[in-house]
Amino acid sequence: MSSIISIRGLSKTYAGGLRALGRIDLEIRRGEIFALLGPNGAGKTTLINIICGIVTPSQGTVTVDGHDIVKHYRATRALIGLVPQELTTNAFENVWATVSFTRGLFGRPADPALIEKVLRELSLWDRRDSMIMTLSGGMKRRVLIAKALAHEPKVLFLDEPTAGVDVELRQGMWQAVRELRDSGVTIILTTHYIEEAELMADRIGVISKGEIILVEEKAELMRKLGKKELTLQLAEPLGAIPPQLAAYRLTLAAGGRELVYTYDAQAGRGGIAGLLRDLGAAGIACRDLHTTQSSLEDIFVDLVHEKP
Amino acid sequence: MNLRAIGAIYAFELARTRRTLVQSIVAPVLSTSLYFVVFGAAIGTRITEIEGVSYGAFIVPGLVMLTLLTQSVTNASFGIYFPRFTGTIYEILSAPVSAFEIVVGYVGAAATKSIILGLIILATAALFVPLRIAHPAWMLAFLVLTAVTFSLFGFVLGLWADGFEQLQFVPLLIITPLTFLGGTFYSVSVLPPLWQTVTLFNPVVYLVSGFRWSFYEIADVRVGVSLAMTGLFLLACLAAVWWVFKTGYRLKT
Ligand SMILES: Nc1ncnc2c1ncn2[C@@H]1O[C@H](COP(=O)(O)OP(=O)(O)OP(=O)(O)O)[C@@H](O)[C@H]1O
Ligand SMILES: [Mg+2]
Repeated sequence: MSSIISIRGLSKTYAGGLRALGRIDLEIRRGEIFALLGPNGAGKTTLINIICGIVTPSQGTVTVDGHDIVKHYRATRALIGLVPQELTTNAFENVWATVSFTRGLFGRPADPALIEKVLRELSLWDRRDSMIMTLSGGMKRRVLIAKALAHEPKVLFLDEPTAGVDVELRQGMWQAVRELRDSGVTIILTTHYIEEAELMADRIGVISKGEIILVEEKAELMRKLGKKELTLQLAEPLGAIPPQLAAYRLTLAAGGRELVYTYDAQAGRGGIAGLLRDLGAAGIACRDLHTTQSSLEDIFVDLVHEKP
Repeated sequence: MNLRAIGAIYAFELARTRRTLVQSIVAPVLSTSLYFVVFGAAIGTRITEIEGVSYGAFIVPGLVMLTLLTQSVTNASFGIYFPRFTGTIYEILSAPVSAFEIVVGYVGAAATKSIILGLIILATAALFVPLRIAHPAWMLAFLVLTAVTFSLFGFVLGLWADGFEQLQFVPLLIITPLTFLGGTFYSVSVLPPLWQTVTLFNPVVYLVSGFRWSFYEIADVRVGVSLAMTGLFLLACLAAVWWVFKTGYRLKT
């Protein structure tokens, strides 16, 4: 699969001397949903704003569909739709006007049917004549999404699009995002809801302190870094782990009443069967057992904390 | 050239005016009428004529200029300052538009609005005093040139300003005094020689003088000089705008 966005040696130092991005190299594949995760202040918005033309890079290049974002800004910006993190709207305009305005600004001919479709999909059709200042926060967020979609972009940046959107609408929104991806739009999103990245993304990038510390297929990431745990509730408490079980990564918990076995999902011959057999041989009986798998959130926290 | 973008910005800015139609038109018309009552009627009975033109008629070009200058500066500066203030500027910056197109959209709309206002003031004035326009084409040319120049100036002001105080400060403390001291209500020739020389450093003198010439063919400075000075100021504003966009000053971080 070819890249639609190529980022080479990109860095940004803000006027005050703050280095928001180190040297970023990143390829975004055509037609994927790419989730950018990182703690507050990691540089996610800075990266997005550079690609969209709002922030000027200090060093490095970015191409979108083969066009340089500085030299051929018209070509690249026409391809990109941006939903900014901040809720910035013109308070005194109505929904229809503001969404149509964006389409004009991006040089596209008026298309009321398309605007209607976008507004309906985002459940904004009933509010099309409302002044934006009279909308709730979640509605304003959706107005920003409608604006970004109004010019039919090929690449869509969603900078924390679901902040402040209620659960039901959020699901509708993700459905719409999947449909967009299926229609060939490349989507780059940032989110603090890691379940969302887990649910939505094809690939995940983790950024911390202005450096990309990891880019991986989501499935691969979960497989590689996802830890599994088997918790056994023992019939009789154990004082110590018997020596014949030393080969397994076991810990005692709950005052000896629980035995926790940690194994990597990639361990292959996971050895659960072996463990259970050996437990039996050692005369340890268990009442119950359950397994847990680390979520992307755990992986993420591990990753970001490993960085000094 | 992204003509649709220019159209979108232009239409958006004029829609903003439409929403505030009453205060955008009624206020200047009212204040102009007040000037006529005070200067035209009260003082005008004492000062009968200036170079063969009745005092009431004499001040009309200056009054139109006063409105044109303040309105151009205020409209254009608010037009660009507001999206910077609310953050909606992100959309303009991320759109496939050039600096030139942005300027044409914002400055064009601001100039359009102040030209319309200037014409309304002129019509209002015609109700009070008999008007004569010797050179209508020149009159319009000065009107448009001044509106565009000062809208550009306002645009730069709107980019520079860090708060609403600064936006109001410049029209109130710079444009208005310069206009009052620029021969709006008197002929520069009535001043003592020293003040006549000082006045020549006031750019508004050239605008008012040239504009008044297009009405009554009387002028404080030669028309050619007026035109040249206005053109020079236009170039200065263009250079400032060009520099702003080249460096991204106050627009991009
Ligand atoms: N305009 C600016 N001027 C100076 N510093 C800035 C500016 N914008 C961002 N920064 C700094 O750059 C760093 C990265 O900020 P950025 O907004 O890109 O982070 P982020 O990953 O989007 O964070 P969040 O998750 O909170 O949105 C931060 O330290 C921030 O303070
Ligand atoms: Mg951010």
